[in-house]
Amino acid sequence: MAATNPRFEYLLYLGDNCLILGQRLAALCGHGPALEENIAITNVALDLIGQARLWLTYAGEVEGRGRDEDKLAFLRDGHEFRNCLLVEQPNGNYAETTARQFYFDTWHYFALNALSRSTDARVADIAAKSLKEVRYHLERSSEWVVRLGDGTEESHRKMQAALDWLWSYTGELFEASAVDAALVAEGVAFDPASIRGDWLAHVKEVIEEATLALPSGTWMQRGGREGRHSEHLGYLLAEMQFLQRAYPGAQW
Amino acid sequence: MNDWPLWEIFIRSQHGLSHKHVGSLHAADGEMAIKHARDVYTRRNEGVSIWAVKASDIVASSPGDKEALFESANNKIYRHPTFYEVPEGVKNM
Repeated sequence: MAATNPRFEYLLYLGDNCLILGQRLAALCGHGPALEENIAITNVALDLIGQARLWLTYAGEVEGRGRDEDKLAFLRDGHEFRNCLLVEQPNGNYAETTARQFYFDTWHYFALNALSRSTDARVADIAAKSLKEVRYHLERSSEWVVRLGDGTEESHRKMQAALDWLWSYTGELFEASAVDAALVAEGVAFDPASIRGDWLAHVKEVIEEATLALPSGTWMQRGGREGRHSEHLGYLLAEMQFLQRAYPGAQW
Repeated sequence: MNDWPLWEIFIRSQHGLSHKHVGSLHAADGEMAIKHARDVYTRRNEGVSIWAVKASDIVASSPGDKEALFESANNKIYRHPTFYEVPEGVKNM
């Protein structure tokens, strides 16, 4: 692992977030709560996997050791993944899937918005392209929070519980990691703390419209970007990487 | 989610054409119907505009009334512009 290459680490972070959440959502294919929703969530999964390919391909080029998107996706172990802990959390019930998506989409939208002004032209391009898709993801997950929160008594209770449960995974999104400082100074990356205000404003607005309460916990989980993951990531990778591990180099 | 109402979806495939019925789907409300329609019916770049209409709001003619509604038009062949000779040199009319 080339821990000394901040740009590589940063691109892995951006790519792994998309890859792991895409894999989580892809597992819902054929299991969505309604046919329409099943198609919608699978579309989002495909968008995210497409974005992961762009980030990881660039990461491999920056690293310069001949690893392409597939090698990076399928032949790294858990501690080498840089995604935030939020995206690897299980799908749970649909309120939990929705809460995870809503917190992430909101961050993703403002993050890509900032990255579209990156001094690294390739980063800016990928961000601008992804932003169009993510704007839709955010609209969609926000609408769902409102409908479940302002729906029946049961959906309200489950939506609130889901927002409360995942709240502690939102803190690390706004913490600078060791690799950020140099990249922020160069204008390649954005300061994570700088988008927290926008994130909170949107989250608060939607939660209020949904007649729900903004979680207030202050203790936050952390460690994803350093490769310290929850136990859930290992199971996800075992499934996602099985084929390439069992049959190295296998192709369609 | 079984109690979601049924929506009829109309999509305009390009500017200048009119919206065309493409199918139906279930959704909790109009905004979600548009989102679902986007995901179900425009996956391959099919459209530039979506309309969603609650199926229960559509007033439809009854198939049993077919004769009364449409048959009399069959006898009025003069309504079809087939008796006119197209002047020479006119390509489209």
